Amino acid sequence: MAFKRFPKFRGALALSATAMLALTGCAPSDGGEGTTAGAIDYWLWDTGQIPGYQQCADMFEDQTGKKVVITQYGWDDYWQKLTAGFIADQGPDVFTNHASKYAQYVNLEVIKPLNKIEATAAVNTDDFQEGLAEIWTGPDGNLYGMPKDWDTIAAFYNMEMIEEAGYTAEDLENWGFNTADGGSFEQIIAHLTIDENGVRGDEPGFDKNKVAVYGFGLSESGGSTFGQGQWSGFAAATGWEATNKPVWGDHYNLDDPTFQSTIDWYFGLVDKGYMPAFGVFPQSEGAAPQLTSSKAAITFNGSWMITTYAKAGFEVGLAEFPTNTDTGVSKTMMNGLADSINVNTNDPEGSAEWVAFMATDQCQSVIGEQGVVFPSRKDATPIATEAYSKLGLDTAAFSDPVTRNDVVYFPITDYGADIGALTTPAFEDIYANRKPASTLSAVNDSINILFETSAD
Amino acid sequence: MSTSATGHRSASPAKRRRVKAQQPWLPWLFLAPAAFGYVVFYLWPTLRGIWLSFTEYNLLTPAKFVGLSNYERMFQDPIFWGSMKVTVLYVVLNIGIQTIMALLIAVLMYRLTKSTFVRSVVLSPYLVSNVVAAIVWLWVLDAQFGVFNQFLEWIGIGKIGFLTDEFWAIPTIAMINVWRHMGYTALLIFAGLQTLPESVYEAARMDGASETRIFFSITMPLLRPILALVLIMTIIGSFQVFDTVAVTTGGGPANATNVLQMYIYDLAFGRFQFGYASAMSVALLIVLGIITMIQFKLTRANDTDLD
Repeated sequence: MAFKRFPKFRGALALSATAMLALTGCAPSDGGEGTTAGAIDYWLWDTGQIPGYQQCADMFEDQTGKKVVITQYGWDDYWQKLTAGFIADQGPDVFTNHASKYAQYVNLEVIKPLNKIEATAAVNTDDFQEGLAEIWTGPDGNLYGMPKDWDTIAAFYNMEMIEEAGYTAEDLENWGFNTADGGSFEQIIAHLTIDENGVRGDEPGFDKNKVAVYGFGLSESGGSTFGQGQWSGFAAATGWEATNKPVWGDHYNLDDPTFQSTIDWYFGLVDKGYMPAFGVFPQSEGAAPQLTSSKAAITFNGSWMITTYAKAGFEVGLAEFPTNTDTGVSKTMMNGLADSINVNTNDPEGSAEWVAFMATDQCQSVIGEQGVVFPSRKDATPIATEAYSKLGLDTAAFSDPVTRNDVVYFPITDYGADIGALTTPAFEDIYANRKPASTLSAVNDSINILFETSAD
Repeated sequence: MSTSATGHRSASPAKRRRVKAQQPWLPWLFLAPAAFGYVVFYLWPTLRGIWLSFTEYNLLTPAKFVGLSNYERMFQDPIFWGSMKVTVLYVVLNIGIQTIMALLIAVLMYRLTKSTFVRSVVLSPYLVSNVVAAIVWLWVLDAQFGVFNQFLEWIGIGKIGFLTDEFWAIPTIAMINVWRHMGYTALLIFAGLQTLPESVYEAARMDGASETRIFFSITMPLLRPILALVLIMTIIGSFQVFDTVAVTTGGGPANATNVLQMYIYDLAFGRFQFGYASAMSVALLIVLGIITMIQFKLTRANDTDLD
């Protein structure tokens, strides 16, 4: 229209429109950020795993001629960038997935079912440790993640403090707990707790408000929905199950009286001074620095933290969760990471080949030799155990419960993010403000309403 | 003044007519960048946000119209009301203390010194980014190694969980932002003070008025339009607090600092509930609109007592 009279203006408009399209991301793009053309972009968050997977990527390139570019982001950035990638139809071809996130991705249909692609469909899931493939199988029966490693929880302890207190490693191997008097577990952590005057937690005159060394370290907001690194093992040993089914349950059991009494006992250790109160240590750091800085004698943590504890500078011992004296059972929570394929990938077959390669004994052996995680394949576990032993750590406390099947799987359900938004403040309220665990009943009702209303 | 203005007026219509006749597109060309920016970055996102508030939308699949259900859910959502309460508490503490402190600093600067160096020092916290300021205060107030807590222990008070205790968390975040913003607010008030005529102060002094009387009977009433503007701006900014909370407490403990923007962010980017998050943003827009209107009326921000 009027632009015909102003050719220069029209040109300027076209130029500015092009600039804007480019700026707002509407310009056509031929690949994800930082990728080499034609290469498979693979994301992970754990820096410790880069050397192992780089070795696998090199082997994969030698065998198939396909290049893999590994990109690492820290945990928070990782998920934010991944979300942005899904929204913008971009992101990595293949990425490391976490059990707490993948249910949402299945619902949003942003990850590919691996059993529908030739290369990944050919992988024999029986080669993985028991239960891992089940975790990554969606409610529709499709496999959404190829298990890459597994983890369990165990106690790390300062050997010197244990011996100074008059205990041996055997005492911790045979420890037990109950919610009535805490059992030998509570006696041990009470004795390991020392106040600023040098008085132990089970001695007269102990000042619980001025603790120099806590018998039992804890951090991270009380444990969110499943208390994986905190109370999961204690609760599971009583026979409690978080949901009505191990995987894809649709009813939560946070209102169970046995569970609530376990939670009351567990966080009650704060009132006794044996466990640090909320805010005493920075939450973002986790429990490991409490032990490595000799502020705590025992901390529970995941097997992915073994190398961190191994660098403590003193002898660190490992023990399984204490046995519940009422049930005679010791349990630990088992979880595992997996590799998933982005639906936006330009190369689904190549991505699937890379995912399948990471699940081969060839790559899994390399990962095991790194001594950073336990690989998902059964035959690679001894390789990792041997690598850990070179660090001076006997990791049987992590692997024996798996062999005995004394594990509970990390529960996978729908609405993980919504449920986390309800449970995180609720457990914080119990930990920080010492509210009774009975307050979880109302939270449990709110969670179950989510499932009931969606079923209508 | 009035003559020259009239002269301008008498000369300009003809000139304007000429410009209009020769280059009718020129005013539009000058308006275009601002109009484009306004439509693309303000008007369209606002209208789209209002539309999304009536939908169920997760960014990855098309929005589904759900009528008023997001608003119904909001009214029944205890976390929303908790967040609103926490946000209002934060705004009251933050704005209340910040305005009093800023006014005090501005009047002291005005009465005692007009030194550029002092003004620079007062403004310096504002030059630090919100996130950096929050991280520094997080360390200073840390219960284990924070300097301030070490000091409190040394003088016998004992450590306080400033950012981890339900009672202290919001007042602490409010004070961190008072520290960062009061210099800037003081400079705005200081600029306003410089516009007040000296003759009024001279007259007051000749009548024997004390400094206190001068402050309350002259400075404060004459500053009212400036203070009204400062309050409107700072209250709107205060309601949008997010970064300091995200860095220091993440909304905890137990939602004690889960301010409205934090909740909206979590709903949208953590839980993919963009429709519900949009409804809350619209609610915040309405609340801020109402507060601004009330402030505008109460403070008669359009009028000045200098006439």
